[in-house]
Amino acid sequence: MNSVLSINSIRFLVLILTQVLICSQIIFFGYINPYIYILFIILYPVKNNRSLFIFLSFLLGLIVDLFLDSGGIHAASSVFIAYARPIVLKFSFGMIYQHQSIKFDSVDFGAKLSYITIMVAVHHIILFSLEIFSISKIILILQKSLFSSIFTIILCVLITIIFSRKSK
Amino acid sequence: MQQIINFIIRNKTFLLFLLLFSVSIVFTIQSHSYHKSKFINSANFLTGGIYNTFNNFSSYLNLKSQNQLLAEENNRLKSLLFNSETALDSVFIDSVSFGKIYKFTSANIIKNSYSLTDNVLLINKGANDSIKEDFGVITSKGILGITGSTSKNYANVISILNTTSQISAQLKKTNHYGSLTWNGDSPNIVQLLDVEKIAPVLVGDTIVTSGRSSIFPKNINIGIVQDFELDAAENFYEINVRLFNDMTNLEHVYVIENKDVKEIINLLNSN
Repeated sequence: MNSVLSINSIRFLVLILTQVLICSQIIFFGYINPYIYILFIILYPVKNNRSLFIFLSFLLGLIVDLFLDSGGIHAASSVFIAYARPIVLKFSFGMIYQHQSIKFDSVDFGAKLSYITIMVAVHHIILFSLEIFSISKIILILQKSLFSSIFTIILCVLITIIFSRKSK
Repeated sequence: MQQIINFIIRNKTFLLFLLLFSVSIVFTIQSHSYHKSKFINSANFLTGGIYNTFNNFSSYLNLKSQNQLLAEENNRLKSLLFNSETALDSVFIDSVSFGKIYKFTSANIIKNSYSLTDNVLLINKGANDSIKEDFGVITSKGILGITGSTSKNYANVISILNTTSQISAQLKKTNHYGSLTWNGDSPNIVQLLDVEKIAPVLVGDTIVTSGRSSIFPKNINIGIVQDFELDAAENFYEINVRLFNDMTNLEHVYVIENKDVKEIINLLNSN
């Protein structure tokens, strides 16, 4: 149990620093940015205290907001995907989730990809809607969400593959 | 009563979610109104310190281009200095008083941002260097923004690439003025709105600050007219202005303090 705690705290800090010092400085074509800090929410253990999990996600988003001077947009979208995570888990993993026994290192790759994709897409749509905050620019919102999502998904999948602890 | 408590316990996750979500929405809405983001900004000890440390390393990466910019500016200032000796002698009273109104402080950008719709930068000078809210910030090539919240050693700069920012600007050749805003599309192009239809605008004209706002002195370069059209009511021009500044490559900036700003505001309020 102790190792779960330490892994998640380290992941929390490392992801925030990577996000604000590296990923937010990458700006492809003027507006494409990866937001990899949500890996913390994606990879958080499934068996958890839900209130604590939602609160941690809020804290994560708020710290990123502090660094990026963006008001509360990251906090709002992080809290939202943290709350919606059980639904996405059920949709992507089906029966395995019912038994509460998902290990992200050892699940089917297709299911994992669909899980990450949905989480990232929902997060980015809320993020950019709040950032741009105007219905008349819906095309810009969708465009930014789409391109940034693709970039984030690729990075997230790569990171989970590189750092997976599956020993073969 | 029992039922209310039961309801709260049963739905505690949902209520917590609702609470945190609305808190963040409030922060978001605050940040969308100019100068209201008091709590969530990067001008504090922790984030400022981390950005400053990181900038100490990353500033080496573009040392060459920044030196080039500074050398160009030195060159321009030297040529101004040596060519204007006679002019300075004849109007020396004016030039002395000009120097006293505006106080310049040099600073470094430690966090640049240009890809969002509301961009806020961070500089490494703050209240300890007597920087306060609403000071102008310029680079050697043109204007950059206006300071927002400050901490002891750091200050936020609300960039001109921010949809809430509005700066008074005018044509260099005539005094027709308008307000400079940004529509969020390209980091090189800003919009000058509300310029009278009677103004003789041409593509390639220089746009400068108007000195009307008591933040910036008059005649600081902004950019050149790229294209323009009449607005829907056909009364005012909407001008696309290409900035002189490369907003994606910034390091050395100057913060301008107008020492007479209190006097000006008092006078305006008394009317």
